[in-house]
Amino acid sequence: MAEASESTLSVDVWRGAAEGRFQTFQVPRRAHQTILDVVTEIQRDQDATLSYRFACRVGMCGSCAMVVNGRPRWTCRTRVSEAVTGDGKLQLEPLRNFTVVKDLTVDMAAFFDKWRDAKGHFEPAPIEKDGEPGSPMPQADFQVVPPATPERQAADAGIECIGCGVCHSACDVVAWNKDYLGPAPLNRAWTLVNDVRDAGNDARIDAVSGSAGCHACHSHMNCTEFCPRGIAPTYSIAGLKRAMISRALGRKS
Amino acid sequence: MTAILFIAQRASAAVLAFAVTVHLATILYAIRGGLTAGEVLARTRENHWFFAFYVLFVLMVSVHAPIGLRNVIREWTPWQGRSLDVVLALFALLLLATGFRAAAAMYLPPDVVVG
Repeated sequence: MAEASESTLSVDVWRGAAEGRFQTFQVPRRAHQTILDVVTEIQRDQDATLSYRFACRVGMCGSCAMVVNGRPRWTCRTRVSEAVTGDGKLQLEPLRNFTVVKDLTVDMAAFFDKWRDAKGHFEPAPIEKDGEPGSPMPQADFQVVPPATPERQAADAGIECIGCGVCHSACDVVAWNKDYLGPAPLNRAWTLVNDVRDAGNDARIDAVSGSAGCHACHSHMNCTEFCPRGIAPTYSIAGLKRAMISRALGRKS
Repeated sequence: MTAILFIAQRASAAVLAFAVTVHLATILYAIRGGLTAGEVLARTRENHWFFAFYVLFVLMVSVHAPIGLRNVIREWTPWQGRSLDVVLALFALLLLATGFRAAAAMYLPPDVVVG
């Protein structure tokens, strides 16, 4: 990597909010450098006013997602060598389909509001003690769903989502329909539909069956292509469509 | 409502996938030897199978096409409300009327004048 470390990267970074421009920085290229390293180096050594967001640096928190040379990705888990053009250029933009706060930082509030709207929270089944229906409290003990069972595997398929917003940035339908719930909230809803402990599916399937719900998906599969966790929200959305059809036809989903 | 339209759209598509294939294959087969319109009509008139097939075809088109148009219009234009649904319901009726007229003209004997 001696050659690479001697060369220089030309990095176009978005400055501003909805209105703004690209500012070009020259950054030394280093061995094993990540995109997040590049952004941090610019902010520390060249322009302290650059705003960006990160926390864990190891692909657990999902806060450092940006659009790198046109592709939404986690900057902490993307090496420069994976993303850079042949002539050493990088273009860094904030995630698309979000309101830009400043530079590379976006407002995630509307995104997480959609998780709420898709009923993306666990709804515990009420306790039944000595044959009497109890108050809507969580079960007294762990409800074991053995890992080898099909029920558990169905719920596990989409459970590793960390809410980074990469799929939301990549989704065409989100781009043209601001009300569309989007791949991450729908993937969360499908994960809970498959959770045998959850008791909130009636309200959840209603919530995802509107015109801004799972039907709006065009199955372009951008979410599945770009998800850094390897989740396939497209299949989750297809599952919700099936669950909705089963429910509309009177079968148990 | 969205759920019902979604199911109707998919179910009609499933029938149309079969019906369009039969329709196209029949056309290609029929004109292969250079049949005239009159010769085609001689074969379709009072053929109950042909008539039943095209009645089904027209019904499915009248369900499928307006729902698809509704989706496209709602996605690409600001027109969302009740007026859109009314216009598309009328469009469905237009498809039904013209479709049945065509099917009847193919089926009924030549001395019956179709409206």
